[in-house]
Formats: sequence, C-alpha cells, structure tokens
Amino acid sequence: MKNLKKTTKVDFATYIGVTLAFLIVSVLQGRDMLTNAMASWLVPVCCFIVMAVSLNLVVGISGELSLGHAGFMSIGAFSGIVASMSLSEAIPLAPLRLAVAMVVGAACAAVAGFLIGIPVLRLRGDYLAIVTLAFGQIIKDLITCLLVGYDKRGLHFVFNLDGLRSVNDLHLEEGGVAIIKGAQGAVGVTKLASFPAGYILVMIALVVVLNMIRSRTGRAIMACRDNRIAAESVGINVTKYKMIAFVVSAALAGAAGALFGLSYSGLASSRFDFNTSIMVLVYVVLGGLGNIWGSVIGAAVLYILPEALREFADYRMLIYAIVLILVMLATNNDQLKALVGRIIPRRKEAETNG
Amino acid sequence: MAEQKRFEKGKMVPVPSHSIIPERDLDKSPILECSHLGIDFGGLRAVDEFNITIGRTEIAGLIGPNGAGKTTVFNLLTKVYQPTRGTILLDGLDTAGKITAQINRMGIARTFQNIRLFSNLSVEDNVKIGLHNQEKYSALTGVLRLPKYWRQEKAAHERALELLSIFDMQDLASHQAGSLPYGAQRRLEIVRALATNPSLLLLDEPAAGMNPSETAELMENIVKIRDTFQIAVLLIEHDMSLVMGICEGICVLNFGRIIAKGTAEEIQANPAVIEAYLGKQQ
Repeated sequence: MKNLKKTTKVDFATYIGVTLAFLIVSVLQGRDMLTNAMASWLVPVCCFIVMAVSLNLVVGISGELSLGHAGFMSIGAFSGIVASMSLSEAIPLAPLRLAVAMVVGAACAAVAGFLIGIPVLRLRGDYLAIVTLAFGQIIKDLITCLLVGYDKRGLHFVFNLDGLRSVNDLHLEEGGVAIIKGAQGAVGVTKLASFPAGYILVMIALVVVLNMIRSRTGRAIMACRDNRIAAESVGINVTKYKMIAFVVSAALAGAAGALFGLSYSGLASSRFDFNTSIMVLVYVVLGGLGNIWGSVIGAAVLYILPEALREFADYRMLIYAIVLILVMLATNNDQLKALVGRIIPRRKEAETNG
Repeated sequence: MAEQKRFEKGKMVPVPSHSIIPERDLDKSPILECSHLGIDFGGLRAVDEFNITIGRTEIAGLIGPNGAGKTTVFNLLTKVYQPTRGTILLDGLDTAGKITAQINRMGIARTFQNIRLFSNLSVEDNVKIGLHNQEKYSALTGVLRLPKYWRQEKAAHERALELLSIFDMQDLASHQAGSLPYGAQRRLEIVRALATNPSLLLLDEPAAGMNPSETAELMENIVKIRDTFQIAVLLIEHDMSLVMGICEGICVLNFGRIIAKGTAEEIQANPAVIEAYLGKQQ
C-alpha cells in the first residue's frame, strides 16, 4: 500500500466512502428506519451527485464555466422517459429497461454537448458560459413545446410552436399513449429508478471521471486549463480535449437525468431551469473545483440540507444561504487551515514527501 | 538514452542560402530553413526578411537589443503568429497552414520567456504532458484501464524520471510545478520541451534570472542535451557569456531585421552589432 500514489489512495477512499454510505443507508432502509421523506431523497441525491461530479469535469478540470448543465439533464430525462415508455413491451425487465433508458439519455445529451461544443469551444474567454446559459433556457422552452406519443406504428413527434396543437394532433392509434404533453411535461411515467441503480450510476460516474483525470486524456485537459499556449506548444489539440471533457460531462448528466426522470411519475421541463444549473454549480464550487470527492459530499449535503429544513418552512432558504456563506468563509480561512494543519501535521509531511 | 557522441564546437561553413552551418552538418539537410520570413502588426513591420539556416546538430543563438523581434521570431516559427510573408521549411517540409500543436508534432519544441508551466500539476505530470503524443492509447482505454494503459503509463513514468535526471530533478517529481524555485521552473520547461521528442529546441532566455554559477551549469547542460539527443538548439539570450560560450552560429536582430550573422568572433568584431548595442561612436 505504501507504494501507491497519493492520488490513487484518494480515489480508492472515494469509492470506499460512497460504497459504505450506500450500504449503511440500504441497511437503514431495510430496517424501516428511514422516514418516507428521507427515502424519497435517495435517488435524487444520487442524480445530483452525478451532476456535480460531471459538472466538475467541465468547471474544475477543464476550466470552462458552464451554466446550462440542467439542460443536459433535461435532455437525458425526457429522452430516457421516451425510451423507457416506448420499450416497455420490447424489454419487460425493469432494470434492463432503466439501463437502456440511461444509455439513451446519455447518448442524446452527448450529441447535444457535441453540437454546442463545436462552435463554442474554439472560442476563448467566457463565451461558453453565455452560450450554455442560453442553451439551458432553449432546451427548457423547446421541451415545453414538445408533444411525443407512442403507438404500434412507432414514435410520433409534434412541435407545438404556435400553441394551437394538442395531443390529438399526434393522431395516435387506439392503445397509443402520449408520453410528453407539452407544458405538462411527461405524465404517467412508470417509475423504474431505484437506490441501487443510483449507487451504480454514481460509481460509474466516479470511475469514468477519476480514471480519465489520471490518464493521458485528463492530463491534456488539465494542461489546457492551466496554460493554453503551453499546451499547444507541446502538441496538444486544445479544442479536441476541451470537447472530450464537455461531451463526457454532458453524457453523464444525461444519464443522471434519465434516472431522475424515471424516479417520478410526472415531470415538467420547468424542473430543469437556470436555478437547477446554478444549484449544481454551487455543489461543485463548495465541494472544491477539481476536487471530485468534494463534489460528492457537496451535492449530498447541500441537496439534503434544504429538504431537511422543510419544517422551518419560511426560513429554510435563509438558513441554507447562511450555511453556504459560512462554508465559504471557513474553507477560505487561512487561520483555520493552519489549525487543521497543526492537528494533522503528519498528513502534510506525507504530502511533501510524496 | 541514446549513445552519446560529443561534438566539438564546429567550424562554420557557408551553405547556399548565404547562411552558415557547422561543417559536420554539411552532408545532412538542414533542420530549419527560413526564407524571407516576415510579419506585420498593422503598419508595423515587426520582422522582415528573416533568413536563417540551422544545421542538424547546431547550437545557434539569436541576439539583439530589447524589442528587436526575437521572441516574435520564435512565435512565427511555432505558428503562435501566422507569418505575413516567407516560408519556413522544417526538415525540408513546408509548415504553411499548420497550427502550433502540429508544429510541435513536426519537431519544434520551445520554452517561454515568461515561464509557462502547468503550475497546478506535479513536476512529473508536466513532463508526462510533454510525452502526450508519444503515449498512444485512447481516452476509452484510459477510462477502462486496459493493460495497454498500465504498460504505457509505466513507460511514461520511467521516461519522465529519466528526462528529469538530465537536470538532476528526479527527486522533485511529486512536487507541484508552481511551487518550485525559479531556476528549477526554467529547467522543468526545458525538460517538458525535450519530452515532446523534438528535432529543434527553441529556448527563450533560458538563463534569465540565473546567477553566474547556475548559468555555467546551464551551458554545460545545453551542450549535453544537444550531444545526447543529437538535436539542434536555437536560443535567445541576453547573457553574452552563454551566447559566446556555446553558440556556434549567431544571428543578430535589430528592428526586426538581421544585421549580422556569423561566429562569436565575427559578431564581436562587427561594427553594425556594436552600433546596435552601444550606439554610434561620436
């Protein structure tokens, strides 16, 4: 174990920590020690952990500010729902259908990420932030206009851009179902998501992101972040590696979206608005930019906190905001860091000796 | 490491393009040939009529007063700027239309006047990023950690330490690059450039901020690098002891134009050079 690199140890600690948390919560759930409210948090927490980890790949590792991450989640959610509903006869096995839905969600989000990335990642500066901000809004509005139905003949799409069309315009055969009904969103979704599926998705996201960071690809991505000109001078195609980071991040967000979408019986596109993107960004920033296990903890704590504060009703967002400010102050406090350093001096020594 | 062959400081001989290269490189085609190279920034001719030929194993110097356009020449060679005029032949191949990353893959590596390291990453990772194009495995192989990943990462680790040992820096491998002392950062930049397996190494003021003993060590190391890797070196430097000590051919630039070319002795005696540096004799 001594020969393992520090980064390898941190990675393994992250995997073990997530697995332990999963086992403990599963045991508690099995013994009926969780309230209904708590049980309902489990899948969304997993989804938002994956969202935070994937956004960290763009913001922390690749160094580009993305403000439309909920847009990819939205694409993943609705394409996942459509896939799962239309395949319900072809694939009767629920876990397999969930997996297929997540793959479809990931693929659709990855395609969207690629298309946005082509023009934007070639630019320098804050353009990505502005375009992703607009993208999140556009996706939300487009899905509000979208009508999707499924019958024996296959999938039917109608864009309700003029606001005059309804489900009847899908011309479904008898026995067909409308999956997405415009502003109402998806309704009558068969809930497939489960906590173990969420755990598996979190682990996949962690393995993908952590393994990528420790490989040649990840080093190239971080090189582009640290110094673009130097990265070019050692033969790295900056646009290509920024694109890889962006697309992988979008795909993971899409998979998380599919899981999220299949954990509710109904879902409107307004659920994935600008606030959701910012919320995920807050998880990433408070967890630490480029710090993957920080994102896991940040997302878990900051998702549960406002939910747990529901009993304070009116004051909950106030308390949430105060906690955010206090965490910011604490993590940026040099005296506090020095104190922690004195309590665990061994760790510091080990770091410098590498 | 490749078998070392020590080169004596070469006798310089003229080649067709009114440049000079060391006699030992005559039977090989030159590594770099620039002709009529120039760039304008708006109405300003920053570099004009830049002609130079560099031999396979030559250590060449580019000197000149501040603002003469030396770093601009480096930026032209590496296509940070696209030249307005002229051609650059690298190993006989035209570099027109290539971008910086491609130029590096064709064989030019450089360091920067104001250090540009990946300062948040470790020293070893900086060198491994230099090895980027020699490691050949896909992003998917890296994510899945297939056997190829482990083999190539192990090879990259060993190669990185071997390269760091040129400057005796292998013990610093796990340190953060940004936390190194100034001189070590400069050396790390050279190691990173060497990791890309270049045939021509461009050094932009490698001795800036170094004391005389560090400079002397650096001179030895530049010669050692040339001998070990059998590559050409073109360096910009203000420290004349270094330039006159190791450069075989020297090119003097003033106001974007070459005012003199030759060996150290010829340059020191050239009236145009003396005038550019010290002003006209009254």
